[in-house]
Amino acid sequence: MADRKTSRGPAADTTSPQAQDAPGTGQSTARGTAQGAVPAAAAGQGEPGFPRLVRPVEGRLVAGVAQGAAAQLGLDPVVLRLAFVLLTVLDGIGAVAYAALWMFTSRVPYEGREPARDWSQVTAYGAIGLSLLALGWLTGASTGGIGAWPIALGGIGSLILWQQADPDRRQRWMDSTVGQTRKNRVRTFAGLVLVVIGAIGFLAANNELGKARPGIVFTLVVVGGVALIAAPWLAGLWKELQRERRERIRQEERAEFAAHVHDSVLHTLTLIQRNAHDSREVARLARSQERELRNWLYQPQQDADASVAAAVRRVAAEEEDSHGVPIEVVCVGDCPLTPELSAMVQAARQAMVNAAKYSGSPVVSVYAEVEPGEVTVFVRDRGVGFDMSEVPEDRLGIRQSIIGRMERNGGGARVRTEPGEGTEVMLTMKIESS
Amino acid sequence: MGAIRVLIVDDHRLFRSGVRAELGDAVEVVGEAEDVESAVRTIAELQPDVVLLDVHMPGGGGQEVLRRVLGSGSQVRFLALSVSDAAEDVIGVIRGGARGYVTKTISGRELTDAIRRVAEGDAVFSPRLAGFVLDAFASSEAPAIDPELDSLTQREREVLRLIARGYAYKEIAKELFISVKTVETHVSSVLRKLQLSNRHELSRWATARRLV
Repeated sequence: MADRKTSRGPAADTTSPQAQDAPGTGQSTARGTAQGAVPAAAAGQGEPGFPRLVRPVEGRLVAGVAQGAAAQLGLDPVVLRLAFVLLTVLDGIGAVAYAALWMFTSRVPYEGREPARDWSQVTAYGAIGLSLLALGWLTGASTGGIGAWPIALGGIGSLILWQQADPDRRQRWMDSTVGQTRKNRVRTFAGLVLVVIGAIGFLAANNELGKARPGIVFTLVVVGGVALIAAPWLAGLWKELQRERRERIRQEERAEFAAHVHDSVLHTLTLIQRNAHDSREVARLARSQERELRNWLYQPQQDADASVAAAVRRVAAEEEDSHGVPIEVVCVGDCPLTPELSAMVQAARQAMVNAAKYSGSPVVSVYAEVEPGEVTVFVRDRGVGFDMSEVPEDRLGIRQSIIGRMERNGGGARVRTEPGEGTEVMLTMKIESS
Repeated sequence: MGAIRVLIVDDHRLFRSGVRAELGDAVEVVGEAEDVESAVRTIAELQPDVVLLDVHMPGGGGQEVLRRVLGSGSQVRFLALSVSDAAEDVIGVIRGGARGYVTKTISGRELTDAIRRVAEGDAVFSPRLAGFVLDAFASSEAPAIDPELDSLTQREREVLRLIARGYAYKEIAKELFISVKTVETHVSSVLRKLQLSNRHELSRWATARRLV
């Protein structure tokens, strides 16, 4: 329930500030409760915004029904309130609908003292209702009559069904009726058929079909003629529209690209010119710019806090920047980052630091593989190597930051090295295979 | 056997001369080409042993060169050389018929080694390509259509893993107690599977993952 509210669609953006406040509070409480369940919230975010109808507490006049419905429909709550008042004047349908929605919708959880209602507004709506009632009564204007009741009941029924359905199902309904272009044609056709049947039925019911037939035929001829004349023009217009849209998309892409090149590449080139005397710094700048550009071009946006591969890449990039030694990363497979795996990434970082700082190797290779049940990371250099038995007990780098850290977190580490043969650190960690 | 005859195909003149300088006397650079048309023409004319092929070029890129040259029955061997790390590019040129893929950051000595290997009919895998292959073959959940072509043997997996870890062929041979020749055989066999496996997943994986 909570995560659904975070997935508000753009429809809500057009509501009045008052109506926006309420979903806002709903959102913040939802975030508070959903913090533990990040994947669920993330999954909810992907779903297009058709939130359940809820009754906000803040800014309500009676029970918040109108405001909730307004947020749902992307309308000003004032419109809905007036509609309820008007429908109440007409045989009381509005009151029944309001009551029904009140019963069937849930209230937005609200912490703290509930805000007071704006009684002057309530009075104003009441006055409008009363005056409408008086007007109708005085002028004797006809009301909906008994015939309006089935329609109202049907409408309320479908509204209730609609808002009770879970968002997925609602999305499916939306998709199957309005979502897809191909189905649009079917829909248009079905609509036309219905209109024609309805018109014929109406005329037949009024015994006027015979009279209307020549009129209908002529109307069809005229419509057909107009369609023939207008078709090429409409097609041209459509093509023009498509072309403009494509052009606009292309321009936006170009603008984004230009902005990126300006912010990163041009900036780095300037820095390189300024540091031209320092070849090490130039190499570092070029390398980090290259990496950044590569990521931008070839890599999906990844959150480095979310997955093992992304975290390993980020750590390698940071160490490459601070030590000026290229670190080549190859990742196979991926999985979400757990606290144990974070510790593993930190151990790998320490191994990279050692390799970059002390080995003298021109390049460091990092290989991370996620298999069902196990994650393995290798950090390898072809530098000077060392003799493990000669590493003093108090050297924290390898013993504590790598081996100790892995063991504390239930993993394992092995270091393979010999003087002159380079060094390879192997880290393993069991994971629960999903 | 004389020096290996190499043709460099790349649309950047600076890069071509850079590669020429790096290769030095180790191989004989017989010519250069700067786009698909001139590449196809020059290859037919000079019949080099190895073509160093850029992936991104005007007129269809390296894949187009591969299609036209290998499609005409030529036996010329290609080594793809690119700045791109996109999976679809890497897998694309290999499936197109290149016998290896190295990135442009490779050192002159390593490049010479790779050229020699390709000239001898072996395959050249960079660590990144090895990673891609492992990933692509591991990501299959659908049953293999042709078990021989659609999956890697345990040994091939081990070899690829070591390549991905940055091991040279000689080091791999030492690590697995096999000869360098056997390592080459395994890599060539992986290349064959990569090229011939008609699992759709391989290409789809490459475009879908876009991993570096």
